[in-house]
Amino acid sequence: MTNTIADIETADVILITGSNTTENHPVLSAFVKRAAKFRGAKLIVVDPRRIKLTEFATHWLRPNLGTDVAWINGMLHVILKEKMQNAEFIKNRTEGFDALQKVVEKYTPEFVEGITGIPAESLVAAAKLFAGARTGSILYCMGITQHISGTDNVKSLANLAMLTGHLGKAGTGVNPLRGQNNVQGACDMGGLPNVYTAYQPVADLAIAKKMEDAWGVTGLSTKIGLKATEMIPKAHSGELKALYIIGENPLVSDADLGHVQKSLKHLDFLVVQDIFLTETAQMADVVLPSACFAEKEGTFSNTERRVQRVRRAVSPPGQSKDDWWITAEIATHMGYPMKYESSQAIFEEIAKVTPSYGGITYARIEGVGLHWPCPTQEHPGTPILHGQQFTRGKGLFHAIEWIPPAEQVDDEYPLFLTTGRLLYQYHTGTMTMKSADLNERAPESFAELSSTDARKYGLRDGDQITVASRRGAIKVKVKILPKAVDGTLFIPFHFAQGAANVLTNAALDPISGIPEFKVCAVKINKAA
Amino acid sequence: MNAQQTLVMNGRELSFENGQTLLEVARRHHIDIPTLCHLKGTMPTGSCRICVVEVEGAQTLLAACATRAVAGMKVQTESAEVVKARRMILQLMLSSGNHNCAIRGSNDQEWTDFQLKVHGEDGSAELCPVWGDCRLQDLAYRYQVSGQHFAATPARYPIEDVNPFIVRDFSRCIQCGRCVQACNEVQVNNAIQFGYRGVETKIIAAGDRPLKDSDCVFCGECVQACPVGALVEKDGRYSVRPWETQKVRTTCSYCGVGCQIYLHVKDNQVVKVTGADLPPNNGSLCVKGRFGYHFIGSPERLTDPLIKENGTFRKASWDEALNLVAKRFKEIRDTHGGDRMGVLTSARMTNEDNYVAQKFTRAVLKTNNIDHCARL
Ligand code: SF4
Ligand code: SF4
Ligand code: SF4
Repeated sequence: MTNTIADIETADVILITGSNTTENHPVLSAFVKRAAKFRGAKLIVVDPRRIKLTEFATHWLRPNLGTDVAWINGMLHVILKEKMQNAEFIKNRTEGFDALQKVVEKYTPEFVEGITGIPAESLVAAAKLFAGARTGSILYCMGITQHISGTDNVKSLANLAMLTGHLGKAGTGVNPLRGQNNVQGACDMGGLPNVYTAYQPVADLAIAKKMEDAWGVTGLSTKIGLKATEMIPKAHSGELKALYIIGENPLVSDADLGHVQKSLKHLDFLVVQDIFLTETAQMADVVLPSACFAEKEGTFSNTERRVQRVRRAVSPPGQSKDDWWITAEIATHMGYPMKYESSQAIFEEIAKVTPSYGGITYARIEGVGLHWPCPTQEHPGTPILHGQQFTRGKGLFHAIEWIPPAEQVDDEYPLFLTTGRLLYQYHTGTMTMKSADLNERAPESFAELSSTDARKYGLRDGDQITVASRRGAIKVKVKILPKAVDGTLFIPFHFAQGAANVLTNAALDPISGIPEFKVCAVKINKAA
Repeated sequence: MNAQQTLVMNGRELSFENGQTLLEVARRHHIDIPTLCHLKGTMPTGSCRICVVEVEGAQTLLAACATRAVAGMKVQTESAEVVKARRMILQLMLSSGNHNCAIRGSNDQEWTDFQLKVHGEDGSAELCPVWGDCRLQDLAYRYQVSGQHFAATPARYPIEDVNPFIVRDFSRCIQCGRCVQACNEVQVNNAIQFGYRGVETKIIAAGDRPLKDSDCVFCGECVQACPVGALVEKDGRYSVRPWETQKVRTTCSYCGVGCQIYLHVKDNQVVKVTGADLPPNNGSLCVKGRFGYHFIGSPERLTDPLIKENGTFRKASWDEALNLVAKRFKEIRDTHGGDRMGVLTSARMTNEDNYVAQKFTRAVLKTNNIDHCARL
């Protein structure tokens, strides 16, 4: 997030898109709801499903799946036409405005309505409200990123924030909500194929040299590595020989599961390190037992870039060990001694090689966490990014055309499928499904259907159906819910039985490598 | 800046800012005025009246949480009048329900009858589940009050325990309204309200339905807000006593909000989770963070390294497993090159774990094939 969680409550207008916030970031959603209910903030929700937050919204726009660039361009068009852009911000802080102006020219509200299904007048009203606000904050989540155009969607939202100048001060910003607890930290720490810690590029020779010195090694690769979504097909084709999977369960979380399973089978050697014998671990040659968060000392970085302490409360079961200990031992056994006294010693090394974490120490975050960038011991941390300038200096507008989703409905597969999460479960359920209590609330997979579609197919609540896509088929129960959209099924992806990702399309965003979980075409039949 | 104004509280001249309540002034100057219904971050209701104080010139005692400070006011926070009023309130509260903590007086027969009644209604032979962790008990002790001056009446409404998370014991409810404020003003889930009237008053979900059939999302904000034993986590009820547990502050391991939590530990097991009143969550949690801790102590946790032989796993020592992994990784790296290997690290592990994983990938495997499933 460019801004903080607390900061959301101070916004005059909050635009939320592709985030079912009350279920996926419940505590953060309370800040939004309080702003709307008690502070008179106006809420614009752009989401196909009738999610809980629509009850708090003054404007609810309901776009067709995979049409985000179109409605955002539409808003940009309206703002320019009404001359409501922040000319000063554009002049002083941005580049590429002319190209943007040209592209959005044709995205008239009527043209956009044709693509998105959002009534022209609703789009105009929402655009004017957002542009006219004193402060406007944008929140988004995976409903924006899990598309082949995910990167374009994100850039488009940045366009909207820059055009209106809603950046760099309290109550504004472009704020991605991270799904898993330490997505931010995993990225910050260089758990990515193209960067070291703090996004220092692997292709940069000077950086490679610096890391070689810090680590006492030579020959660090400057070639950008494979993304997770590229590793799987390479495993399938035999190019990738070995995989070391730490705490992930791609056998439930990835798109097109049938393919993932076959691919992992093709590996020469698979090591899985986890706290449970997950679906993925069962396929491993060696399984290494690790400690969970309650048994560890360390840090997580939350969605607002706040680095916070994790503390050991109980001892890990049996022989299980800290993940870092296991990895370091493997390194040592391979002839590269990696010995750390404690997680604190690792953090001290992180601070040395990671400019944005340079000033953070365990002592400083003992009470309350710090927001990076925090380059020096004296630096107070940075709750709000882009106050004076952007990381690259000037903010760049991206002129982007809308492209349709990779898969469209047709006669054979007449319904759209979109996937997501539930309040009572988390990711692949490795953790939440161990709570009988949570399972009682959300015991199994289901397909959410609108009452219109249910009537059309002669289905009743609780009926078993088969849902099939071009990649596979699953059996699930029908739930007829007011949240649902006509012509679209929603299936939560948490469950290994009735796994939504048997159906999903592995078509990737060309830049982020994120699969298009949010749109594919399916057909349904009443199960025999 | 507002000019500093002053008033006199318990004979001390104290400064305050415009708009502050007497309670805020007192707290700022470390004068302890007891409260029950007052909930941080919400509109004061003044409903429990335990915070009453004596203000010179006022006809009646005033609720400190709802009275604004005025320059020159003369306030007594523990006068005889105030103490008398507080004792009366406490007595009424204690006698209104199944408050079977040690505080209730010990006239033998009456004590026994009362305990038996409560045991019958609550199905437990122990003192109140929040014994030792109750604001009402604290205050009853402070003001040396017991409930025996009023006859105990049978509980009006039965206990509700049909949901997996929260037990609602209406007999122990003192109707302070904190849960209603927590639900409506803090979490804004709008699931519960005051219902019925007079002696029949009850905190209800819409239509007086059980929580499980209401808008309740089981965030547990109400449980954390309840000052007494009326709302208690189902799992630890009666089995977890505060003096048996230790609290460790850490960060929730579910979503990216990163709520600050306390893990309550008993015998090396996490038995309860509460929200820490600190940023970013200021005490709030969601159902996963508060009630989703069972995986930690699950019997299904992996306890030993496993090596697959002929399609089945067998346990192995760390030495054996590490040697095998190191040997195979080395062979593959040296035969095919590091670029034919990959590491998937995890968005659920700590920064330290992730740092070591990428360092290993780059420095030892000599490849940048490292990623995590964060985007999924
Ligand atoms: S658990 Fe949360 S939603 Fe349910 S009644 Fe309590 S505060 Fe409201
Ligand atoms: S349930 Fe607890 S918090 Fe709610 S009104 Fe009763 S005593 Fe107060
Ligand atoms: S308690 Fe809920 S909202 Fe807070 S971090 Fe945990 S999962 Fe997220």
